[in-house]
Amino acid sequence: MTLHPEDQPWQPKSFAFTEANLAQAHKIIKRYPEGRQQSAVMPILDIVQRQEGWVSLAAMNLVGEMLDMAPMRVYEVATFYTMFHLKPVGKVHVQVCTNVPCQLRGSDDVVHACKKELGIGIGETTADGKFSLAEVECLGACVNAPVIWIGDDFYEDLDAGSTVKMIEAFKRGETPKAGSQTGRQTSAPAGGPTTLKDAGPTTLKGDA
Amino acid sequence: MPVKLTIDGQEVEVEAGSTILQTADYMGIEIPRFCYHERLAIAGNCRMCLVEVEKSPKPVASCAMPVAEGMVVKTDTPMVKKAREGVLEFLLINHPLDCPICDQGGECDLQDETVAYGRGKSRFEENKRAVEDKDFGPNVKGTMTRCIHCTRCIRFITDVAGVPELGATGRGEHMEVGTYVEKALSSELSGNIVDLCPVGALTSRPYAFTARSWELKKTESVDVLDALGSAIRVDTRSNQVMRILPAINDDINEEWLGDKSRNSYDGLLRQRLDRPYVRNKKGKLEAASWGDALKAVAAKLTKAGGSKIAAIAGDLADAEAMVALKDLFTALGSANIDCRQDGAKIGGPRGSYIFNSGIAGIEEADALLLIGTNPRVEAPVLNARIRKRYLKGGFKVGAVGPAANLTYKHENFGDEAKILEAIASGKHDFAKVLKDAKRPMLIIGQGAVARADGDVILGLARKIAEATGMVTDGWNGFNMLHQAAARVGGLDLGFVPGKGGHDVAGILDGAEKGEIEVVYLLGADEIDMNRLGKAFVIYQGHHGDAGAHRADVVLPGAAYTEKGGTYVNTEGRVQVTRLAVFPPGEAKEDWKILRALAEVAGHAPGYDTIEQVRARLAQVNPVFGRLDELSPAAWEAFGAEGKVSGDAFAATIANYYMTDPISRASTTMAECTAAFVNTAAERTGTHG
Repeated sequence: MTLHPEDQPWQPKSFAFTEANLAQAHKIIKRYPEGRQQSAVMPILDIVQRQEGWVSLAAMNLVGEMLDMAPMRVYEVATFYTMFHLKPVGKVHVQVCTNVPCQLRGSDDVVHACKKELGIGIGETTADGKFSLAEVECLGACVNAPVIWIGDDFYEDLDAGSTVKMIEAFKRGETPKAGSQTGRQTSAPAGGPTTLKDAGPTTLKGDA
Repeated sequence: MPVKLTIDGQEVEVEAGSTILQTADYMGIEIPRFCYHERLAIAGNCRMCLVEVEKSPKPVASCAMPVAEGMVVKTDTPMVKKAREGVLEFLLINHPLDCPICDQGGECDLQDETVAYGRGKSRFEENKRAVEDKDFGPNVKGTMTRCIHCTRCIRFITDVAGVPELGATGRGEHMEVGTYVEKALSSELSGNIVDLCPVGALTSRPYAFTARSWELKKTESVDVLDALGSAIRVDTRSNQVMRILPAINDDINEEWLGDKSRNSYDGLLRQRLDRPYVRNKKGKLEAASWGDALKAVAAKLTKAGGSKIAAIAGDLADAEAMVALKDLFTALGSANIDCRQDGAKIGGPRGSYIFNSGIAGIEEADALLLIGTNPRVEAPVLNARIRKRYLKGGFKVGAVGPAANLTYKHENFGDEAKILEAIASGKHDFAKVLKDAKRPMLIIGQGAVARADGDVILGLARKIAEATGMVTDGWNGFNMLHQAAARVGGLDLGFVPGKGGHDVAGILDGAEKGEIEVVYLLGADEIDMNRLGKAFVIYQGHHGDAGAHRADVVLPGAAYTEKGGTYVNTEGRVQVTRLAVFPPGEAKEDWKILRALAEVAGHAPGYDTIEQVRARLAQVNPVFGRLDELSPAAWEAFGAEGKVSGDAFAATIANYYMTDPISRASTTMAECTAAFVNTAAERTGTHG
C-alpha cells in the first residue's frame, strides 16, 4: 500500500520561496497575459525543484495559489513529467540512461559502477542524503552513449572507470567537467576528424 | 451556415461546427463512444468512435472531428470495425474481468461494446496492471483498476460541478484518475460521476452490491428534496427503493441530480410511521386502529372548532393533501392554516413567489443578483446551471448575503439588507451593471424573506427588478428560489391564513398561550415543537421526526415515492410523482387520510378519487390543470414599504445533506454530514 502524499513523513508542513526565487517566479508570471498565469506552472515548479531539490506537496499547493489554479491541476503537471521529483532525492541525483543505444555501449557497466561506488540501488539515496541513483529513459544524447545526467549537466562517453572517477570527484565536493569523459570535442568522431582533415578554410570550386 | 455531408450513403445537412458523431447521432447512426458525452467538453481520448472519412488515410475520431462540406463518412466498413476492435483490445488489456462482481454489470458501456467489437480471446499474456482504490467519500465508490481513463468524471467535476478536485496523475500506464491527496469529493453533485462513468470504476457506494440493474423496476418520478422538482427514476425491487437516478429534463435538471436527492433513499426505510398511534393516558404513544385514531382526531377537531384549531403543512406535502386539509379546515370554520414553516413573508401575486424566468432561462441572462441565497446548497443543480451560464462568459454575478464558495466568480457586497436599498435607488455600482444588461436577473432566497422585515425586502427586490429593467416583454428576471417542494403548490392553492387567521408564528403563539387547542401538522417537522404548549397535536406524515415525537395522534402517510402527488416546483411548474412502491404497513396516501377524516368529522368533501381531487385543485387554481408547463405570471405590485432592519442575511441551510425527515433518517446522509459538514472548519477553499 502506497502512502498518500499528505501522509508521507518526509513532506514538509510548509514551503516558502527565497526572496530571489520569488522575484524570479513573478518575473516568469509576468511573461504571460492576464488570466493566463497558469502557463508559468512548469518554470515555477522548476524553481521549486532547484530550491528544495524536489517538489513537495506544500510547494505544489503554494504554486497553485500563486497561479490561481486548482491544486489538482498542479499535481497533474508535476506527476506527468518524470523530471519533477516528488520525493526527496540526493544533492547529487545520478540519472543513468539504460535505453538501447546506451546499453549497447555499456551502460550496464556504468550502472554497476554507480551501485558499487555509491553503495545504493536504483531509486535509493545514500544515508548522508548526498547521492541518489535513478535509471532513466533516453536522454537524447545517444551519440555520446552511455550517458549520466546530474543537475544541469550530461556526463558522456562513460565506462566503469570514468564513472567511478566522476563520482569520486562529486564526493570530494568538486563538480567534474561535464560532457565527454574521453576528451572528444562534443559529438565529433571519437578518434579525431575523419573528413575535412585539412586545416584552414576550404575553398570551394568556382569561388575564385 | 449549414454544411452538406454524407454518412453511410445518406446525405445530411447540419450546422457547421457540429462534429461527425453529433451528426450521426442526429441521423440515428450509432457510433460507439466512451469519453464523449453530450453535456461535457469534448476530450477525444478513448478513440472508440473511429470512423472512415474519404480521402483521409487514417481513421478519424468522430467525436472531435468537425463536419466539412462534401465530407463522405463511413461508419460500417471493415476498416472501421478493425480499428474499433483494436481500440477495444487495448482498453481490455488492463481492464479486469470482474463483471460478475461489478455493480456496473448489466448497464456497462464497456460490456456492451465488447459484445459488439470484442475479440473472443485476449492476445495479452502479461500481468494486468492494478490500481489502488480511491476513497471518494460516502457517495462514490472507486474501483480504479477498472478505469479506462475516459476522463468524463474529471470533466464533470471540473466544468459542471466547479469543484476541481479530480484529475489524472502520472502518465502512460501509470496514469491514475483520482484526487492525488486523499479526500472525499466535496461537490454536492458528486453522485453524477457514477452515472457518467462508462465502466464500473465509479459506482454508487450506498447502492453497492444491493441489486442488479436487470432486477429493478424503473419508475419515472419527480424529486421533492429540494424545490426544483428534478426528474428522477426510482429503481425498485419488490417493495423497496434500491436507488434513485436522475432522469432527463432539459428544462430543470438536464441530467444531473444533487447527492441528497440521489442518495437519501435509505432514509425511506428508516424511522417510518407504519401504523396510527394515539397517546394514551400515561402519555405514551400506543398503536391504534385507523378507525379509533380518526375518531379521536375528528372529535378533537369538531369540539374545538373555529379559531381554536390550526393546521401547518410541511415541506414535503403534496398539493392533493393540502387542498383536502384546507377544505376540511374551511368546513370546520378555521382560517388558521399556513404552509410556510419558516415564516417566509411571501404569498402575494403568483409572480412574486415563483422563478419567473424558468431554470433554463438562467442561460439567457447576462447579469445576476443573488439576494440572501446560497444556491449551491439550496439547489445544487440550479447552481450548476448558473455556473454553466458563467462559463460562457459575459455574465456578472453579484450577491447580497452570507459569503460562500458558489463555484463561480461573483462579487459579494456583504450580508446586510441595507445594500439592497442602495441597489434599488441606483446608488450602488451593481445597479448600473444590471441596468446595462439586456436580460438582468435576480434570485431571491428564503433567507431574505423568512425574517421579520421579509415583506419589505421583497418590496425592495421588486423595486430593483423594476428599476433595472428585469421585467420586460418576454422576459421576467424576478426569481424566487424555494427550498421546500411543497411551498409553491401550497401558495398556489392558498394554504395561507384566511381572513382573521393566524400564520405559523401566530399559531405557535396561540398554542403557547392556550388560545389554539388543536394543531394539525401535515408533515411539518421544521417548527419549534416546544412552542406548541398544551395543544393537542395531530401529526400526519411518513417519518418519526420532530412532529411525530410531539404528536398526540400519529397518522401514517406516504412518502413521495409511494404516491402520485402533485408538486409545484420553484418555477411554478406543476408535476406529479408516481407510485414506485407501496407505503409501508398501514400507511396511506395523504389525501385519502384527510378525505376519510373529513367524513368522520361530518364534512365529507365532494371528491372520492384522485381525479376528483385534481379537478378540485384545478378549480382552486387553474395552474394545477396545466401539467409540466410554465404559466407566465402577471407582474403586479407586491412587497411592503418600510425600513429594513440592520440584521444580516443568515444562511438558511447549515447542512445540505440533512434538510428534511427523509434525509435526516438516512445513514448515507449522516456519513456525508460527518465527512463534509462537521469538518468544514478544517477544510480550506480549493477553488481557484
